[in-house]
Amino acid sequence: MKLDFVLNNKRVSINVKGGLRLIDLLREQLDLVGTKEGCGKGECGACTVLLDGKPVCSCLILASQVRNREVTTIEGLSIEGEMHPAQEAFTETGAVQCGFCSPGLLLSTVALLNENPEPSREQIRRALSGNLCRCTGYEKIFEAVELASRRINGLSVQNDKV
Amino acid sequence: MILRCMKHDSKHKIVGSSVPRVDAFDKVSGRAKYAADYNAKGQLYGMVCYASHPHAKILNIDTGKAAKLPGVRAVLTHEDIPGEKSFGSVIPHQMALCSDKVRYSGDVVAIVAAESIEVAEQAIELIDVDYRQLDVVSDPKVALKDGAILIHDENNLCAYHKVRRGNIDEGFEKSDVILERDYSTSKIEHSYIEPEAVLAEPGENGGITITGSVQNLYSIRRAVARVLGLSLNRVRIIQATLGGSFGGKDETMSALCCRAGLLALATGKPVKMVNTREMSMRESYKRHSYQIHYKVGSTKCGILQAIESEIYADAGAYAAMSPFVTWRSAVHATGPYSIPNVKTDVYAAYTNNCYTGAMRGFGSPQICFAIESLIDELAEELNLDPLELRLKNILKDNSITATGQGLKHKVSLKEVLDNVTEKMGFVDKWKQNREQKRDTAFKRGIGISCSYRGISLGAEGTDAAGVIISIQTDGSVILSTGLIEMGQGAATTISMIVSEKLGITPDRIRFLSADTSRSPDSGPTVASRTTFMAGNAALRGCHELLERIKPVAAELLRCPEQDLLFENNSVYAPNKTSEGDRKIPFSELADKCFQKGISLFAHGWYKSPPTTWNEENGQGDAYFTYVYGANLAEVEVDCITGNVRVLKFISSHDPGQIVNLSGALGQVYGGVIMGIGYAMLENYAESEGNPLVANFDEYLLPTACDIPEIETTLIHNPDELGPLGAKSLGEPACEIAAPAIANAVFNATGMRIRHLPLTLERVKLGKELVRIDSRGSVKARGG
Ligand code: FES
Ligand code: FES
Repeated sequence: MKLDFVLNNKRVSINVKGGLRLIDLLREQLDLVGTKEGCGKGECGACTVLLDGKPVCSCLILASQVRNREVTTIEGLSIEGEMHPAQEAFTETGAVQCGFCSPGLLLSTVALLNENPEPSREQIRRALSGNLCRCTGYEKIFEAVELASRRINGLSVQNDKV
Repeated sequence: MILRCMKHDSKHKIVGSSVPRVDAFDKVSGRAKYAADYNAKGQLYGMVCYASHPHAKILNIDTGKAAKLPGVRAVLTHEDIPGEKSFGSVIPHQMALCSDKVRYSGDVVAIVAAESIEVAEQAIELIDVDYRQLDVVSDPKVALKDGAILIHDENNLCAYHKVRRGNIDEGFEKSDVILERDYSTSKIEHSYIEPEAVLAEPGENGGITITGSVQNLYSIRRAVARVLGLSLNRVRIIQATLGGSFGGKDETMSALCCRAGLLALATGKPVKMVNTREMSMRESYKRHSYQIHYKVGSTKCGILQAIESEIYADAGAYAAMSPFVTWRSAVHATGPYSIPNVKTDVYAAYTNNCYTGAMRGFGSPQICFAIESLIDELAEELNLDPLELRLKNILKDNSITATGQGLKHKVSLKEVLDNVTEKMGFVDKWKQNREQKRDTAFKRGIGISCSYRGISLGAEGTDAAGVIISIQTDGSVILSTGLIEMGQGAATTISMIVSEKLGITPDRIRFLSADTSRSPDSGPTVASRTTFMAGNAALRGCHELLERIKPVAAELLRCPEQDLLFENNSVYAPNKTSEGDRKIPFSELADKCFQKGISLFAHGWYKSPPTTWNEENGQGDAYFTYVYGANLAEVEVDCITGNVRVLKFISSHDPGQIVNLSGALGQVYGGVIMGIGYAMLENYAESEGNPLVANFDEYLLPTACDIPEIETTLIHNPDELGPLGAKSLGEPACEIAAPAIANAVFNATGMRIRHLPLTLERVKLGKELVRIDSRGSVKARGG
């Protein structure tokens, strides 16, 4: 069947099989392999993408569910080569180790910051609790989100790096 | 986050500072390519047929129906293996495809390559295997009894190690207090978020190239060459960006690479195989569960006299790294204490459970949990506080370890213990907590733990590594080594060491991922050996290069060689040359050398200092150096539900010299949280050889909501053997979290829990509850 939707700010029109998961549409048919599969069961959040700005597990969603809606993947986060402040912050604070969880965590972060540009630690924890990371122990990720938040809000960012 | 860094030095330009990871940009932009992101034109999809029983004789395998399914290109069994059917670094008995019997539920009897995953899955359903079920052995102690059902041809003993020091009977005679305790730990899944994946491509000359999520490329290459019947130079293993490993992508990947390789050679097509989480959990090896018995003797005033221990590790169906893992347990069994009389026996036994192998900590988290709980129990018995008893017995400079090794470096145990206890006012708090009312619902507790850890492989095996440094004519540098980046930050650390020595900024250094055909066999990336071994090898390579380029630079600057300073991508001779402070860009120097025909390529090779080991009595210089660490945990126990919340965690370590501060902290946080998962949540439960968990719905990992505030203090204590003084950090951080938490729970509730994890029911009821029905993803397994 034919599927129309907006992907990373571009219109896409593509033929898909019924029952196809969104993650497979992205990875296999559209070759956007930045979205990762860690569990296939909605438990790890590695496959998180934004659907109309809200984080969803692309392993739990059918491709057909994104009809006429907007999907953002990690590939769509940087605009014309310019990194999103969250991407920069993740790089600088050491929030990335193996990086397999990073695309999902970044999209959850962006969704959080869009909704709440100055989240508290507690709000950050809750917003990211659906994204498992086995490497970092989360601490540096929290710091990255806080740094990105300050940057987005144009606050001073001195002395915030170790 | 709070960090205190002791005695920070400024001797180094870059080493010791925080540098963003060299690979972070690719990772945050989604461009880093992990194994499952690789595709090849015309590729087929591989799938495995798992054993239907954990222990059974294979009577017949019928692949006829599967082979006839349209879209299926190959169905292979053990009969189609051109080389040996089994592989293994220590004992080569792990089956690529099972022939006579299956030994655990993750064993594979047949494999399929098809045009799509769906067809491959259907074909698997059509494979008929006749089994005769055998009794299942699931307890390592039972496995070692006379007359036990055999898993392999010989008895079920996979490994045995002992340590004997002094006279154990005399030690107990001299003791006023003797305590005997039993502890156990659960089996742990590595839980790298990236499941295993490979792409195998048939190459020229009948060889094969495999790109995959591989940790130890060379052992995997040996396995593939052996099973495919190829020489090593025709098997090329390339490491894709690795989505975590923690010791876990070794034998599991050997098996997957062998299978994909068999299918690729049989079909002449590229074959991609990607494990689902369920497959990964079912098949991949785990951290060993241990059953530990301790007997400890002490004088009234708390001087340890003797420790006797008997330790059983569940090796599961295959040996994998068990012999080495349990050897480390034997060496460390008595903890970081001076004990004159020691008797340690460690056994690893085959069972029909999932096999076990290397995982971050490598045989020490189990031991640390038990010995550090035991020391607290002894303190209680002696009416001492836990810190006092530790301080009376810890290893100091020139102490002799349980294996008879004199410690010739600076032993920083007291310092790390002081670091975690002083600021929190540990002893006072510990005493106050004991006065809490019996009926308060929420009780506070505080606990400590400490450890020493031999770094690198030690007497476990030959220990050498190489790094290739290649300066380009524009002054940029390419690094490659057989030790790998797996997320732990090795690429950045080694780049920084080279940067320090050659005066080239890290952005001008490119660290290539490992490739068996291009980089030297440097042994496994395990045992926290990477910084130490590859760092030292890199230093040697830099030294060699400097020897060659310095004369050229000196000539250009008209100064003696010893006045040269390499810094910030240039070389100059400050205040020394007639040319004033003229700086020559490194690029110019490199080009000049090239013009003169001077080689800008070096291979630094480093072999570790000697270690010794006597199998007969378990005495020797087991490791060439050690690192030290201490933890403190503060918890709040909800006495109504049994829920334990870790409020605060302090971790102090002695990594020698910190190379990348940000990376070092990342290792501590990640290690501590992995340790908290070990302490409170994780358990790869099995019943009669069948796994009871299949995905992260029931195998619980710590989330962003579960983690405490963590404070880290790193000690600056350069080791003369380490590269620029650096030792290691990744594993020590992980091994002592669990005992600190268990000790804190005791401090809060007065209840000693000797079995991990500290689940609600263990904390609330003091016992485990038995599950009757399968739930969650377990039902879905295989379906
Ligand atoms: S892959 Fe979708 S949540 Fe894990
Ligand atoms: S960085 Fe490896 S899982 Fe998060």
